[in-house]
Order: sequence, then C-alpha cells, then structure tokens
Amino acid sequence: MLEVNDLHVTVDGNEILKGLTLTINAGEVHAIMGPNGAGKSTLSAVIAGKDGYEVTQGSITFEGQDVLEMEIEERAQAGLLLGFQYPVEIPGVKNIYLLKSALNAQRAARGEGEMPAPEFMKLVKEKLQFMKMDASFLQRAVNEGFSGGEKKRNEILQMLVLQPKLAMLDEIDSGLDIDAMKVVADGVNSLRAEERAILLVTHYQRLLDYIVPDKVHVLVDGRIVKTGDAELAKALEANGYEGIEESAA
Amino acid sequence: MASEEMEQLVRREYKDGFVTDIESDTLPPGLDENTIAFISNKKGEPEWMLEWRLDAYRQWLKMKEPSWAHLDYPPIDYQAISYFSAPKRPEDRPQSLDEVDPKLLETYEKLGIPLHERAALAGVAVDAVFDSVSVATTFKKQLAEAGVIFCSISEAIRDYPELVKQYLGTVVPKTDNYFAALNSAVFTDGSFVFVPEGVTCPMELSTYFRINAANTGQFERTLIVCESRATVSYLEGCTAPMRDENQLHAAVVELVALDDAYIKYSTVQNWYPGDENGVGGIYNFVTKRGECRGDRARISWTQVETGSAITWKYPSCVLRGKDSIGEFYSVAVTNGRQQADTGTKMIHIGEGTRSYIVAKGISAGKSDQSYRGLVKINPRAKGARNFTQCDSLLIGDTCGAHTFPYQEIGNSTAKIEHEATTSKIGEDQLFYCQSRGISEEDAVSMIVNGFCKDVFQELPMEFAVEAEALLNVTLEGAVG
Repeated sequence: MLEVNDLHVTVDGNEILKGLTLTINAGEVHAIMGPNGAGKSTLSAVIAGKDGYEVTQGSITFEGQDVLEMEIEERAQAGLLLGFQYPVEIPGVKNIYLLKSALNAQRAARGEGEMPAPEFMKLVKEKLQFMKMDASFLQRAVNEGFSGGEKKRNEILQMLVLQPKLAMLDEIDSGLDIDAMKVVADGVNSLRAEERAILLVTHYQRLLDYIVPDKVHVLVDGRIVKTGDAELAKALEANGYEGIEESAA
Repeated sequence: MASEEMEQLVRREYKDGFVTDIESDTLPPGLDENTIAFISNKKGEPEWMLEWRLDAYRQWLKMKEPSWAHLDYPPIDYQAISYFSAPKRPEDRPQSLDEVDPKLLETYEKLGIPLHERAALAGVAVDAVFDSVSVATTFKKQLAEAGVIFCSISEAIRDYPELVKQYLGTVVPKTDNYFAALNSAVFTDGSFVFVPEGVTCPMELSTYFRINAANTGQFERTLIVCESRATVSYLEGCTAPMRDENQLHAAVVELVALDDAYIKYSTVQNWYPGDENGVGGIYNFVTKRGECRGDRARISWTQVETGSAITWKYPSCVLRGKDSIGEFYSVAVTNGRQQADTGTKMIHIGEGTRSYIVAKGISAGKSDQSYRGLVKINPRAKGARNFTQCDSLLIGDTCGAHTFPYQEIGNSTAKIEHEATTSKIGEDQLFYCQSRGISEEDAVSMIVNGFCKDVFQELPMEFAVEAEALLNVTLEGAVG
C-alpha cells in the first residue's frame, strides 16, 4: 500500500531523514519509535505534504501513485490521513462544518455526491458516542479551548468519519491520561480492518499496550535501524534506545 | 457657472458631431458658488437649502484636507471634478458586455448576479428594466400605511422641508470635516427615512428598492430619524461591484434615535477597487454618524467593506441619552493595492451609556489597512462602559495592518475593555484543513469566514450569505 524508498529529507538545510525505507501493507498496524529528534514526526509530515520539508532523494508511493507529486488535499482524498500531535485551533469554524467539508471534499474527489444531511448526522453522532464525546463538540469551534485530551479524541473522531485507507497518528498518546488513552486506543482499534493500514508514531511503549502493532520500527538518526514485532517495543522499554543504537552501529 | 462655459461645452459637443440637448444636465468640471446654485436649482430646492449649501461651501474653502489617515494617494484636484452629471449618455457608455473588464464579469458570475442586472451594474448602455420597480411600488404602499417616510433626500427637501430642516446637519455639522463640508455643499442624492413614534418599520429598507437609486451619486446624503420607540433596519449597498466613472465619493450619513428608538444600519460596500494595479478605483471618504439623542436609544452599525481603492470611514455613535447603546461591527477586507483606514468613534455623554466595538480587518496582496478607533467618556457619563475587540488577519507577507486605538476617559466610574490580536493566516491552519482533503481555496475561505463570524451574525440573514460569497471572491487567489 505505502512504499517509502531510500527517503532523504532536509529541513532548513539539515538532513533529518537519511535514507529511510519502509513498506506498509493493507491490514497492518505499524509503529515507529525512536528517541527525540530521530525524525519520527518528519516522516508522517512529509507523507502528508507539509511545507518546509525538502525531499532530496528517494520516493514515496501510495497504491502505485507518486505521493510527492500530489497536492496536500489530493493525498487526503487518496486516503492518506494524518492525525496531528498538536491539532490546530480554527476560531469561528464549527467542528461539524470542518467534518462535513472534509468528508464532502473527499467524496467529490471520488466522484460521489454530498452525503445527505440526515445520513451525515447519524454517522457523526454514532462516532461521537464511540469516542465518548458530547454532542456540543460539534457546535464548538475546531479545537478552540479543547483540552489536550479533547483535541486528540477529536482527531480520532475525524478518522472515524473520514475512514482513510492509511491512518497516520503522530504522537497521539502525548498528553493523555490513562482514561483518555483507552478511549483513543479503542477508536484506533476500531479502525483496524483488512483494507486499512495504520501508522503510529510514538515515543513511548505505553500506547502499544493498547494498540498492539504488527510491526515495530526503531528510527534512529534518520534511518530505521531495527524492525521487529510488538516484543521489540517491550525490549526498548526495558533497555532504552541506546542499546539499539549501539547494536546497530 | 458662467454661461460662457456652458456655451463652450455645448459647442464642443456639437463640434464632435453629437446631437446635443440644449437642456444638458451635465456641468463641466469645476466648483464655485454658481455650481452650487445650479445644483440647488436643478433640484428645485427652497432658498434656505441653497443658503445652507453656500454656507457649507464657504466654510469648506477655509478648511484643509485631512492628512492624518494612514493612506497614500495623489492629491485630489477638486476643480477637475464635475459636480453634477446626469447619467452618461448611452453612446458614451460601453455598448455591450464585451467592452467591460472581463474580471468584473467573472465576479458577477461568481456572485450569482442575474444577467440583466450585470449589464446595468457594469454601466452598459441598456434599457435596464429592473423587476424592482413593481416591488418598490408595493413597498411604498405598505410603508405609507405604517406612516414611514422613505424617499430620496431631494424629494424630502421638497415634500417634508420642516423635518429635514429640523434634523439635517444636526449629527454631522456642515463643518464637521473637510469631506462632510464638501458633501454639504454639493450633495445630489441619498435617502431620507422617517419612522414616527412607536412604529416598527414593517420591512428592512434597502436602497436597492428605491427606484431612483439606480445611479447613486458620488456625493450621497442620507438622513434617518427614528422617533421615540420607533425601530428601523436599513441596508445600504449591494454586493455586486459597482462601476462608477466618478472617482471621488464623499457621502454623509446621519442617524437620529430618540427615546427607546433603535436604528440598525448595515452596509456592504463593494465599489470598484481598480484593476490589478489599482488604476480606476474609487476613493471613498465617508462620514457616518448616529446620535442616540434619547434615553435608552440604540444605534448599531454593521459594515462589510471590501471595495474601493481608498476607504476613509468611521461610522460613529454619539451616546447622549441616558443608558443609550452604540454598536459597531465591522469586517474590512483589502486585497491587491487597496488601502483602508477605518474604524469608529464612540462618544459617551449620557450616564450609563454602553458601547461595543468588534472590528475585523483582513489584509491580503499588497494592501494596507488600519483600524482607528476612539472611545471618549465625558465627565458626566457616569458608569459608562465600552468593550472593544479588534482583530487583524494577514494573508501573505506583502500586506500591512495597523491599529490606532484612542481612549479619552473623563471619569473614574467608566469601565473600558480592549482586546486586540494580529495573526497571520496560519500555514498550520491551512495545512490542517488541506490535510483533511479540503482545497487551499476552500480552506482560506473557511478560516476567513470563521474569523469574521462575530460580525456576520449581526448582518440581516440574506446579507450575511451574500457577504460570505463576496469575501470569497475578494480574497480569491490571495494565497499561493
């Protein structure tokens, strides 16, 4: 589904990713772990198309399409969706309006008409309940005045409504207490499906107790230095990244 | 004007081979007392009105054009302007839509302006048949039954001289400022509204439905009076960009609200901003002021300013009556090479008076925009309160936004709150929306409309919808 090949990325002249290669197949859950500054968030940002990242070498393809040639919105319309570490506030724009615009933009790109309002409301309310969010969230401005946990839940709510093919979650666990983490993890687990892949970017193993990955990659200094299963994350928790770095060197 | 000049004009036109109407309604450029006498005469005005105009003119001669605004434009030659012109003759106007700036037509298309109105708005020589003529007749009847007077200011001077005499120039004195003095001397058109005691005007009044408003003058004069417990909502302007050959516009609007009266005045200003280089855009120097003359009176200004090359405009409230309320809600958008210096003045005179200011400025392109606001609390205005919120949004990095808040507080019981923010349209916000599949253009529109929401919700419903569409068109291509 997603092929990242020998990806080199620089930010302000500094090379952050130095030849990263990664394959994600439909139905899989991948976790990328690594120390601060290793380039974890850079990877998901580059896939989503954020400005300020220069790809100097390598390629990203998604279902055979050259992702680097696509506009930001085209990537989302193709089914790549990024859940933010720090979701952005948009004053005056109702949450429900953003959801509706996003869904209909994606439907339009697929040649489908707008979802009828009653059907849309039913869908949203169902997902809202699943995320244990109050209906008043829909009428509030996007992320404005939301607590850290509410923002993260809101990101997952968008995923549940938009149903991406590849859901990328950037440090979705940061700033969550244990109850909020369970709700968020339930949301992510509900996305697991044969036709869908999930990419988790995380610093801590803790999240992976709730969302058990099929593959764990250790990202150090811009490269994946080790790949394993969920057990690798536990080993990391016990021994830290330094042990990995040494063994890789 | 000297009769020689008139003859010259006639001769010149004749020489050029036009069939000339001797009764020509158009004055050649220039301004002196004869010009004013000509205008007053053309309008069939009584002697006192002419004297009033002449007095304004003589005072104007002694005044200086203000230079304090944060605006940059070449000096205006007041002798190069024609102060009275009948609608352009058909042969001088574009003969078909093919001759009109295609950009303008594109805009009409996007705003959903009906085809037959597009031609009229663009100044094309057509027999403009407005559906509104019959509508207006129906409205007139309904208004008359309620006792509301709604007519052109010229008609009012003829038909209701006592009312006009009583109120004209009492809120914006003839010599209030340079442009107001000029307007007082040479105004040729505008609206008059009078709502008698206890009457709620049965409909929203709009210049659009005033038959003779098809060709709004460059020196408009509007006077709205609400007697005790009377209420009116007045809509000015039109979302369609209007072309006008007259570059200088200097309007005056006066509102008077007596005890418990409420006047809501909404404007959508979308005069031609000029072409891409700002050439041919309108200079809009407007004086708008309302006076809450009675206790518990309320005046509310809502404006959406998107047009004109230069905007100089400060809709203000004089809060004289006890517990009276003044409100100002504004969205000003500048793009291209537009410049706007706009804001409000809230003058608290009566006890317990309150004012609210919500000003949203959006600058894009190479435009420059200033918010200028004065809150003045007189010593007598015990317990006066003001709340000001002033937000600027910048799109791109070649535009400018400035804020000039002034406060003059004359007593210690006043409570003043001021909040101001300046933000760049967040690349993070754009990325967030786009990464959900929303196009950049739609994302900008979504973010900007969100930014303006507090003001849009003050607009009458159908105006609010149009204002959103207008905003999108104005900011098109502002990003990227």
